[in-house]
Amino acid sequence: MSGKLKIHVDQDKCQGHARCKSLAPELFELDKFGNAHEIGDGSVPKELEDKAWLAQANCPEIAIEVIEE
Amino acid sequence: MSNHAPVTDWVHDFDHTDPRWTENPFPIWDELRAESPVVHTERFLGCYLPTTFEAVKQISYDTEHFSSRRVVVRTVRPEPPYPSPPITSDPPEHKPAKQLLLPSFTPDAVKKLEPRVRAICNELIDEFIAEGGCDAAARYSKHIPVRAIAHMLGIPEQDSELFIKWIHEILELGIKDDSVLMRAVQEMSGYFAKQIELRKQHPTDDLISTLMNARDKNGQPLSDPHVLGSLRLLLIAGIDTTWSAIGASLWHLAKTPEDRSRLIAEPALMPTAIEEFLRAYSPVTMAREVIKETAIGGCPVKPGNMVLLSFPAANRDPKVFPDADKVVIDRQQNPHAAFGLGIHRCVGSNLARMEMTVAIEEWLKRIPDFRLDPAGKVAWSEGTVRGPRQLPILFGTAG
Repeated sequence: MSGKLKIHVDQDKCQGHARCKSLAPELFELDKFGNAHEIGDGSVPKELEDKAWLAQANCPEIAIEVIEE
Repeated sequence: MSNHAPVTDWVHDFDHTDPRWTENPFPIWDELRAESPVVHTERFLGCYLPTTFEAVKQISYDTEHFSSRRVVVRTVRPEPPYPSPPITSDPPEHKPAKQLLLPSFTPDAVKKLEPRVRAICNELIDEFIAEGGCDAAARYSKHIPVRAIAHMLGIPEQDSELFIKWIHEILELGIKDDSVLMRAVQEMSGYFAKQIELRKQHPTDDLISTLMNARDKNGQPLSDPHVLGSLRLLLIAGIDTTWSAIGASLWHLAKTPEDRSRLIAEPALMPTAIEEFLRAYSPVTMAREVIKETAIGGCPVKPGNMVLLSFPAANRDPKVFPDADKVVIDRQQNPHAAFGLGIHRCVGSNLARMEMTVAIEEWLKRIPDFRLDPAGKVAWSEGTVRGPRQLPILFGTAG
């Protein structure tokens, strides 16, 4: 498996639990209401892939997509 | 406490104020979950209880059939006279009301409060550390959130005892006695009305002023009842919830020396430990009112009934959480619903997490060894917020 990972936070689903931001601050940022967004275009550096999966697995609203390109 | 008949048939006649539920609800939830994703009782003028994570989630997401205008299941059901936006709001009113509060509760915003919370914890510990033991609920966990929210609202921390009294009257006694509830709500509203008046003369930069200065989508100031309702909400929702979460965490650590020593040896585990305490001992059960007929998990759900929305029971569902009844302080996959699901996600969740983390950290620094006092009795709150109200603890290892 050598594909690259990309993440995306679905704004219709995110309710601002902020679990992703706490688990993977390198990949997610919060807006002024506390809702999460992927940083930049959502590309995940190789060394942060585990954190991306962890953030997804801990989102109570299932709002994080992890796309394997 | 309970003046209801004792429950003999939990599946068809559950009662969340029964002493057995108060003492140890987990086996009851397991029994009900094994029976059905949704059960019903004729008590409380008719009430459903979803027992699985999936059913709790479906109801939380469904604002068309389930209204938030009543958020506590009680034995009486008068017209809800005191809205507390946004917790009692449905769409479309909900979102703008919530967005007024959210910026004050982001992780960065609550981080500014952290030094004060650390100081509060240490002031409290100073008062009892020389005594060799204490009631950790009455003398520690109870005082931390109330002082923190007072600090945020810009009201005197010394008024804490008053707030604690109102909350007890509203959330516990009020389930069965409407007059106690109404009196407490009126006293609280009077208190805040005075605070608002003070700020009209002398503006401040606290959360009360933030709400007073807020504008709705038409550029108009919020009505006084809206501001008062939101202030009541912040005080009610921000206090005995987190008090319960801190108390339950200390209770767990008092009876689980291996988790205690592990947390001290590996402080990096604190975030997963806090999430696990939130999952396993979730304090808050919310409610909805059925406003349109629908079905949940194949069970018909009819208007006129309330729903006891048990996030704590959802968080013990073994289909979502393997070993759901075990407390695993380094649990990696833990998408718990302690702060709710959907649009009503607790506005204070970041504040609650910070308070819990600081309260446990400071306690463990000063009192690394402690245990439940075998001569005392742990007492749990009755009603929809569950946590220890009496937590007798001895310091040091058993000798």
